[in-house]
Amino acid sequence: MSRTFTIDGKTIPFEEGQTIIQAATRAGVFIPHLCYHPDFKPHGSCKLCTVKVDGRHTASCTMRAMAGMVVESDTAEINAERRALTQMLFVEGNHFCPSCEQSGNCQLQATAYHLGMMSPHYDHFFPNRPVDASHPDILLDFNRCILCSLCVRASRDVDGKNVFALSGRGINTHLIVNARSGLLGDTDFTLADKAAQVCPVGVILKKRKGFAVPIGERKYDKAPISEAAETEDR
Amino acid sequence: MTAPTRKLKVATTSLAGCFGCHMSFLDIDERLFTLLEHIEFDRSPLTDIKHCSPDCDIGIIEGGLCNAENVHVLREFRKNCKILIAIGACAINGGLPAQRNHLPLTTILEEVYHTSPGLANGMIPNDPELPLPLNKVHPIHEVVKVDYFIPGCPPSGDAIWKVLTDLLAGREPTLEHGLMHYD
Repeated sequence: MSRTFTIDGKTIPFEEGQTIIQAATRAGVFIPHLCYHPDFKPHGSCKLCTVKVDGRHTASCTMRAMAGMVVESDTAEINAERRALTQMLFVEGNHFCPSCEQSGNCQLQATAYHLGMMSPHYDHFFPNRPVDASHPDILLDFNRCILCSLCVRASRDVDGKNVFALSGRGINTHLIVNARSGLLGDTDFTLADKAAQVCPVGVILKKRKGFAVPIGERKYDKAPISEAAETEDR
Repeated sequence: MTAPTRKLKVATTSLAGCFGCHMSFLDIDERLFTLLEHIEFDRSPLTDIKHCSPDCDIGIIEGGLCNAENVHVLREFRKNCKILIAIGACAINGGLPAQRNHLPLTTILEEVYHTSPGLANGMIPNDPELPLPLNKVHPIHEVVKVDYFIPGCPPSGDAIWKVLTDLLAGREPTLEHGLMHYD
């Protein structure tokens, strides 16, 4: 028996237990997302992957696909909501793309391009978030953190090190490092850790590797995020 | 584009910017001649006209707001231009100058004029002709209504051309992949 649902009228097959975004990705339908990563359990926090299922908003990374669902995703209404969420992420941190090593490889930036974000719209917070340069090989620039928790999940579930955590609540939520000093240099974190590879923005950066690929020739300069393969190395 | 009955008046300025966006504007190259069939420049570094005519159609603002004079100039543009366009990263999110925003202004002035090496007996400039710096650098949409934005550092000549020709043709400006850049 074929089990299917529809996204924007297109028939999507799925296997029992798959989430909407997993089935959509396999069927070649792109749903914008930031905290979702196919290798990890969903976090459901960024809400960029929100779709309407039978008229109700839900995160497509946490909602299991069910036969006969009618899902709306690429609509003007939902994309406007996704754009507003993205704009809030931009004003909440300090996102200065021209001076960021991750520019062109950044999922936040590429998602904003995809959503046609011409301006941040809201007033900027300009928060004070000092960087952590204590580690010999890795720089942590918290200015760009969007609290996706991918490094938290990778360090806990794959590396078995629990180097990162999200601390605080609401607007005060922030990324912390699991060391008495709070510094990355006092942990056993290494460049080989999975958690060093998963940051979708420019927080976890390899030192002494700046601008090896020129701006304009990077991943999302070549193809929009909707066409870039999810499994590619970031 | 069909020729309009009268030429649109376009004013441009650079506030806390580096004039890179103006240089990029000139990168539309020979398309400037086509543009000049449809527009004439009013206040702009290109004409050296000092103040906006009261009937400007389009104002193009480069740079954010880092001092009081920037705010006065921005308000003059908003008052006299029917459509205001923010061009470039600094106008849109403060850009590089806004990276001072997490530091207290007094600390910055102290370091730049007093405590840096080689600045013995330095003093913080206080000539009344100098515009006072703002406590924080702000994007322009935080102070006046901005109608359109052209992101980029700087936006390419092609991106600027696309937005201007969209506007002249009466279309909502859009930038597709390759023209939309924040860097």
